[in-house]
Amino acid sequence: MTLAAGHPGFMSPTGVEIAFVLVGIATLGAALVTVTTKQLVHAALWLVVALGGFAVEYLLLTAEFIAWVQVLIYVGSVVVLLLFGLMLTKAPIGRSPDADSGNGWVALVVAVAAAATLVWVVVDAFRSTWVDLGGAAQGSAKVTGAILFRHWVLPFEALSVLLLAALVGAIVLSKRGAPARRSLLSKSEALPMRGVPSERKARES
Amino acid sequence: MNGTLDVILRLVAVLVVFLVLPLVVGQTEHKVMAHMQGRLGPMYAGGFHGWAQLVADGVKFAQKEDVVPEGADRRIFQLAPVVSLLPYLLVMIAIPVGPHGFVGQSIDAGLFFVLAVMGVGVLGSLMAGWASANKFSLLGGLRTAAQLMAYELPMLLAGASVAMAAGTLSLPGIVQAFHWWWIPWQIVGGVVFFTAGLAELQRPPFDMPVADSEIIFGAYTEYTGLRFAMFLLAEFAGIVVLCALTSVLFLGGWHGPWSGSLGWLWTLVKTGLLAFVVIWLRVTYPRLREDQLQKLAWTVLIPLALAQIALTGIVKVVTS
Repeated sequence: MTLAAGHPGFMSPTGVEIAFVLVGIATLGAALVTVTTKQLVHAALWLVVALGGFAVEYLLLTAEFIAWVQVLIYVGSVVVLLLFGLMLTKAPIGRSPDADSGNGWVALVVAVAAAATLVWVVVDAFRSTWVDLGGAAQGSAKVTGAILFRHWVLPFEALSVLLLAALVGAIVLSKRGAPARRSLLSKSEALPMRGVPSERKARES
Repeated sequence: MNGTLDVILRLVAVLVVFLVLPLVVGQTEHKVMAHMQGRLGPMYAGGFHGWAQLVADGVKFAQKEDVVPEGADRRIFQLAPVVSLLPYLLVMIAIPVGPHGFVGQSIDAGLFFVLAVMGVGVLGSLMAGWASANKFSLLGGLRTAAQLMAYELPMLLAGASVAMAAGTLSLPGIVQAFHWWWIPWQIVGGVVFFTAGLAELQRPPFDMPVADSEIIFGAYTEYTGLRFAMFLLAEFAGIVVLCALTSVLFLGGWHGPWSGSLGWLWTLVKTGLLAFVVIWLRVTYPRLREDQLQKLAWTVLIPLALAQIALTGIVKVVTS
């Protein structure tokens, strides 16, 4: 964090800043489509676009390492997990109007409140601090690693304990549900396959 | 302007490699498989031992009608082949071929870049599997996802072991730091990386997702013409990328006698040998069942990768 001499104004944006805003708008648009679309798998794929947009934003902020980790974890694993889950359900091709829980307004209020809090925290924390990205790369793997393991070791370790707890919890849950799952499986086998046109028509009528 | 020209030249070179090497691997696969099975393989196209067979195949694919099933999700169905092919092109930009900056573009966190972008390619298979409105495609997509989730982790762990050994995430940096004794030191990680990579590419013996005797051709069942050819090209480009990465990370890339002037040749030779092994494995082993796949990943590869990381850490601490 270096305070640059002088005050680069917001009214004379550089190319990187313009790109940042444009990608930000595209990301926001993709995120909005993700939560409003009526097609389940499309929502998951728009989520890919939104998460990829985040990665590009990180890149523009020279946080190269974070950007690739973002792609690796979110696009490569989380979305694949999501799609896997969706394929296990009978997510149809086309609209699924019954997939709306009716909690849209509550979700909107929570989202706006969370966004307002985050924006307020960031604005309050940095105010007019100007981070110079032109110098040595702040977000390279080396710098990120040094900061993570020198200044933030304790939160890092606490997070890994949290993940371990989640892992153990998942195993416990799946072990306890074992006898009940058998009956669930046999029930789902009796249901027709998704996506075959004739059967879909039969279900709709 | 000189810098721009340099960048353009590098990108064109990567594109040419991307278009040529997968075809070479494909042709080699035709011939090697044929000879291992006591056949001749393609003999007519182009004259000499059928060298132009894949060019002829390309012409054939280009002539075929591009069919989209009626019940399919058109746009996703049409987008899927591109999503599965493009990541491999991007990955090739970051793979170092020779010393002194003989690389498309040197990336600081290159190892992460490569693994991250390769993981994106699998989204193409998932999109294809879901959007085809075909139960075999859906089964193929499901198997792809399950396989990816099991094999991404050991691949990452094995890659992390090399990065620890070299003390950098940059691919040219890793090759630069290579010494011959790394091969016995990192051999377990190398085997894990190569095996997991094969599974990620859905190559035999890990070809459950496209098992032709069970689910026709998995996620690609409904594809015809050029889009199908793109999936095939993605598979061969994947082989090239995986073999090049394994040779760069675990076999020392350009290191070898006269590496100063012939470094690029060493990388190519090592990559070619590994590609031969990939084909050899296809002819040798029967397909693994789903439970065997998962068992191999979670009870063999991941513990091995973790042991390799521990070994790397111990040696690193002792020698430094």
